[in-house]
Amino acid sequence: MVPELGQFALILSFCLCVLLGTLPLIGAGTGNQLWISLARPLTAGVFVFLSLCLLILAYSFVTDDFSVQFVAQHSNSLLPIQYKITAVWGGHEGSFLFWTWMLALWMLAVSLFSKAMPDDFVARVLGIMGLIGAGYTLFMIATSNPFDRVLPLSPADGADLNSALQDIGFIIHPPSLYMGYVGFSVVFAFAIAALLSGRLDSAWARWSRPWANAAWAILTIGIALGSWWAYYELGWGGWWAWDPVENPPMINWLLGTALIHSLAVTEKRGVFKSWTVLLAIMAFAASLLGTFITRSGLLTSVHAFASDPTRGVYILGFLGLVIGGSLLLFALRAPLMKSEFGFASVSREVFLLANNIILVVASAAILLGTLYPMVYQAISGGELISVGPPYFNTIFVPLMSLLVVFLVLGAISRWKKTSVAYLKQQLLIVAVASVVLGLILPLALTLEFNVGASIATALGLWIVLGIVQDIRLKIANKPSVLAGLRSLAVAYVGMQIAHFGFAVILLGAALTSIYSIEKSVLLSPGQGVDLGHYHFQFDGTEHLSGPNYEAERATFQVLRDGEFVRELHPEKRVYTASLSPSTEMAIDAGFTRDLFITLGEERESGAWSMSIYIKPLVRWVWLGSIIMALGAIVAVLDKRYRRLKVKTLAQEASAPEAGAGVPGGQTA
Amino acid sequence: MKPHRRKKLTIIAFIATGLSVAIGLSLYALSNSIDLFFTPTQVAAGEVMNGQRVRVGGMVKEGSVVRSEESLHVEFVATDYAHDVLIRYDGILPDLFREGQGVVVEGMVANGVFEASRVLAKHDENYMSVEVKAALDASGHSMPVQETEGAGNGS
Repeated sequence: MVPELGQFALILSFCLCVLLGTLPLIGAGTGNQLWISLARPLTAGVFVFLSLCLLILAYSFVTDDFSVQFVAQHSNSLLPIQYKITAVWGGHEGSFLFWTWMLALWMLAVSLFSKAMPDDFVARVLGIMGLIGAGYTLFMIATSNPFDRVLPLSPADGADLNSALQDIGFIIHPPSLYMGYVGFSVVFAFAIAALLSGRLDSAWARWSRPWANAAWAILTIGIALGSWWAYYELGWGGWWAWDPVENPPMINWLLGTALIHSLAVTEKRGVFKSWTVLLAIMAFAASLLGTFITRSGLLTSVHAFASDPTRGVYILGFLGLVIGGSLLLFALRAPLMKSEFGFASVSREVFLLANNIILVVASAAILLGTLYPMVYQAISGGELISVGPPYFNTIFVPLMSLLVVFLVLGAISRWKKTSVAYLKQQLLIVAVASVVLGLILPLALTLEFNVGASIATALGLWIVLGIVQDIRLKIANKPSVLAGLRSLAVAYVGMQIAHFGFAVILLGAALTSIYSIEKSVLLSPGQGVDLGHYHFQFDGTEHLSGPNYEAERATFQVLRDGEFVRELHPEKRVYTASLSPSTEMAIDAGFTRDLFITLGEERESGAWSMSIYIKPLVRWVWLGSIIMALGAIVAVLDKRYRRLKVKTLAQEASAPEAGAGVPGGQTA
Repeated sequence: MKPHRRKKLTIIAFIATGLSVAIGLSLYALSNSIDLFFTPTQVAAGEVMNGQRVRVGGMVKEGSVVRSEESLHVEFVATDYAHDVLIRYDGILPDLFREGQGVVVEGMVANGVFEASRVLAKHDENYMSVEVKAALDASGHSMPVQETEGAGNGS
């Protein structure tokens, strides 16, 4: 009975989404205040009913209702309670429900934190999101209903949650990734609403910016969590593999990064308008494409969901409709998107343009590599190929290096016009210092010369020293350093924090790739192996019983230059319900290096195969991501976004209510 | 008008350079890092050149896995039930590697033996890799596993 209520709530959410996607939009077009005012209550309704769906599905999991097919496939009566709840997003149907609920959550957030925006604009934004929601809920009802039953012969017990998913990473990674992903539909909705209303002004950019930053920050965290989870759970010693399912979030992240920079230009200078709108459309399309790639099963990947072609066709159709519709609207409204001001050929605008081009090119290259096998298969008549990490690295590394060069130039130069002499004067010393230190530091620390390490260190220092120089310039006229730092705008501080985070990621990613060492060996109890400065002593294994698994737990003594560091305990588990084996890594995490042991299998002689890794600075990749996301959040908190909204509201009140599609209430 | 034109020209030059660099890099990188996929039958027929990096997909033949007691060396046979390929591998096999299950190996052929540099088994046991499926379909020896997959009880 309860799952049927869920089904009912799902259908109701769809109906509410359809209402939300039509009435407020029409109302905003015709100036019908009543219909405009429906947007917020309808949004609340969609949120309530989708929440109900989610709760009912979770309830079915917790009560072990295996008559629900999705529960039977992804749970088991022995599964610990926290995984029963999170198994809601452990498979296609449930994760899509979760995804749609995230959309409703963003919608609710928009309806709550938009008091300062004109009502007709909010109605348009919510209406667009309602249309997207209608597409998602219809997709669920038509092709992937999480409440489908197996009746009358329900299984006695479930097939269990995939053992690789029974982990803390699974509890936190999908929610944050989805949250960030879906967040870009807010920015998309803002862009479309702006196109519809003709309000492509700096107010629109200012309203969008906090949402774009928030979505981007959460996506950053989501990707970092995914990387961290893959690192310790999958145990191949890597933290990024350019897997076809990892790539779409990356593409989205790169487009999102371009978008937040382009929005800044649009807000401050009134230029790049059409480009910003196009980016918002592309970022949203990329998130749909990511959904398509993950769920259509067209690509071979470690974690693609097994597939059903009708789902792929539906998503592709939806994608075509959304992109086609948005681009048509874009073309119709193109005359509105005139730039208001010009800029010189050396200015912050130009450097941000370079930043945008690099980011878009990088995302296009990743998209090419991700889709190439699929296209090749279609063209060659079924021949299968795969595109490996070397392709992505060859493209991504040089492009990102170039991006870093522009990053500092853009941050330090001024809007509209910057003199080359000024840049030279401020940055020459930074450039020299980072190159010299880049050459010396890796050499001094490792006693070995490595070109890659030197370049990476120099680029990282270029960012860090560039930030220091920029802040020094900004506070040069202030009475004291502290007073100077206090006087900095919050958004500016956020930007510099994010840039610093990027430098940390760059250093971590490059140096861990260069300096990581690993060894695969076969060891009998009592034997040990040396790697780098460390000695790993294998003391044998013992048997262990977990709540829903049986395990062999190994004990290692780790010594550094003869001194005891700590014990490590990697495990080999077999989950009782599915009989699927799973390897639990043992990691000694540290700021400067990670020690990492993964067990292979036991041989007849009692010896175990195993891999041992030393990965310097690998934590910096995730630490940098956190810093970067933090920077974006700080920028969102800038009072500027709220203060200026009040002014806009005042202007709005004095302006006469405009009719359909007329660029009414254009704030200067 | 003039500075306006110059600005536009700058932008176009930027985009053109960016694009050409990107296309150049992409093509260069793609040409170097595509791994072609072969079935065991194709490997047995000698279609793979010596030293060419390829991927081979098939099922791990029952009873064919031989593990060394002294080192990490493993040998097994990947089959599409028409032809067999002997695979040699020095390293740790993935958790889901099992006899009678699908496997994809990356590496190169040397003197009729496949030296694998990477062995992949699927994350999910109900799911068969597109590559393994293609290999079995090509040899006409499809496994019953496919039926459950075709039934669309997607996990």
